[in-house]
Formats: sequence, structure tokens, C-alpha cells
Amino acid sequence: MYWNLFVSFLKIGFISFGGGYAMIPVIEYEVRAHQWLSTQEFTDVVAIAGMSPGPIATNSAVFVGYKVGGMLGAAISAVAVSLPSLLIVVLLSLFMYKMKKRNFMDDAFYGLRPVITGLIAYAAIHFAMQNDMIGTSKLLGFEWIGILFVIAGLGLLLFTKINPVMVILLSGVMGVVIYY
Amino acid sequence: MEKNKIKLLWDIFFTFFKISPVSFGGGYAMIPLLERAVTVKKKWVEEKDIADVLVMAQTVPGSIAVNTATFIGYRIAGLFGAIAGTIGIVTPTFLIIVALAALFLSFQHNPIVEAAFMGIRPAIVALIAYAAITIGKTAIFNTVTGIIAGVALILFLFVPVHPIFILIAGGVIGILLNRKRVTSKHVAKQGADQHG
Repeated sequence: MYWNLFVSFLKIGFISFGGGYAMIPVIEYEVRAHQWLSTQEFTDVVAIAGMSPGPIATNSAVFVGYKVGGMLGAAISAVAVSLPSLLIVVLLSLFMYKMKKRNFMDDAFYGLRPVITGLIAYAAIHFAMQNDMIGTSKLLGFEWIGILFVIAGLGLLLFTKINPVMVILLSGVMGVVIYY
Repeated sequence: MEKNKIKLLWDIFFTFFKISPVSFGGGYAMIPLLERAVTVKKKWVEEKDIADVLVMAQTVPGSIAVNTATFIGYRIAGLFGAIAGTIGIVTPTFLIIVALAALFLSFQHNPIVEAAFMGIRPAIVALIAYAAITIGKTAIFNTVTGIIAGVALILFLFVPVHPIFILIAGGVIGILLNRKRVTSKHVAKQGADQHG
């Protein structure tokens, strides 16, 4: 199990381009493939990861590791997800000045960035479905409140300079008001 | 290892250790603090070089904040510096997230916590959608990139293949397209600049 954690997050560490939310669906894929958590449980992990300081992808990895394998699992996940970038940064630093002129990563990003956009858009749809906000048989009921929450949150993020952490905290308070 | 080197490694470790816990709201929130610490306070990097460091940190996989710490650590003290920088910036957030995880796991069935998370889950969907819109603004700037994003979304939704393969395919397509149409090179560059 520790080995699985290590390999999963090492893989994710190598491919985590685009930062932050781009890796959420990839981690979720691994988490589901190993049946570590349900998507709904993983949504809560992302919520906690988003409220904590630090990179959201690393935070999610650590939380998943903790849930699956306690303190040791958390440590293994943190090392595994950080190791690839450490290696790549060191290797690249060695060749940095030679590579500067002809950076083929620029070319790769031309195709990679739109794919990352698609990936994050997919994540939003997937998380909404897995949390019973869309695609359920119920048309009236809680999921409409959920959709309203999504629209309100998105509106705040797009049109004000609100800190994402505040959006999470605010919606938590609203959740208590409405559902408790 | 000589004494001065060990002192320098501690210095690297603590500089990044101190920045890390205040970075609420993801890795990008760390950047301004990181910039100040390494240029103004420590003078490890000249201000004109910091942009290059950040672009590079963004290009390699992983969080931009962690990569910046690794890269600067490497520049001033080699491999051990890179390791000191990485551990320094990762440790505080690691401890905080483990504490929060433990707390959440013991209180998650409390009715108030459950109600709060009923509200928070949609907010996470909103945050992810917002991230898609933000990156989409720089990633999609012509028909080709629009088509790539659309096809990717359909693949992610309906084809049960590991997302890593679709990401790699995107990178390869990017390289192939640029090889073919050298003239469009400046367009890709422009996209990269906007993002940075």
C-alpha cells in the first residue's frame, strides 16, 4: 500500500504541469483506481487542501496519504510528489544556460495548456456530477441549492478580488445556515 | 561538510520555512513573499533575474513555489541547497495539512461539519471551474488551441484512459505543430508570455 502511494504520487509529480487545480482530476483518477476514497470524500479532501496554505495539489496528495496510511503515508506521498520536480529542477539547472535559447517546452505548452484547460473543465463537471449536483434523477431538491452555490461562488471569484479561501469559508457558513 | 556550508543550508531552509505557512490560497500566493525574501532581504537573486527563475519554475512540473525554492537553493548551494530549499518550503504546509486532516477525519460526522461541507462541496466545483476559466484565457488564443481544448475535454469525459496519456499527447501535439509551422512560433511565445 505504501508502495502504491509512492508510485501513484511519483507519477503525478512528474506530470504536474499547469499547477494547482490541473492535478486534482489526475490525483482523483489514481485515488479512484486504487479505491482509496470516493469522489465525494476526495472533494472534501480538496476543500481542506484549498483552505490550507501551500500548493493545493501537494496538500491533496498529503491528505490522501494520511487517510490511506497515517503519518507515514502522508510523508511518503509528500516525498513522492515533490521528488520529480526536485530532480528536474536540478537537472535543468545544469543545462539551463544552453537551453534558454531553444526552449522546446514553449512548443509543448502550446498544446499542453489547452489540454490542461480541458482537464480542469472536465474536473469541474465530474466533481459536480459526483456530488449529485448534476446528472441525478432528482430535478428538484438539494442539488439546485448546490448549483446556486456554484454560480454564487463562481460569480464572486470572477467579479471580485475575493481570496479563494474566503469563498470556501463563506460557503461553509452558508452550508451550516441552510442544511443544519 | 564545512561549517559555513551548513550554516548556509540552514539559512536556505529557514528562509523558505518562514514563507511557506502564510501562503493561503495556493502556491501562487507565495510568489510575492518569495520574491521579496530572495531579492530584497537575502540578495540571493538579483531582481532582474527573478522573472527568469519564475518562468523556469513554472515550466517544470510541480508547484511554482516549491520549484522556485528548489531552484534558488540549487543556485546558491548546489544539490544540498536544492534539497534544503525544497524541504524548507514543504515542511510547514505538510504539518498544517496533516493536522487539519486529522481534525477533519475526527469531526467529519459531526452534523455541523457535515452541513458546512454540504455548502463547501459546490464551492470547490466553483473554484475548479474558475481555475479552468483562468487558464483557458491564456491557453486558448486561436482556433487550433480551441479545438485541442475541446477535444481534450471530450476525451477526458468519455474515454476511460489515464489522464496522464492525454496530457502527454497534448505536449507532443504542441511540439509537432510548432515544428511544422515555424512561422506561428511567436504566437505560442505570446501565449507563454501572457501566462507568465
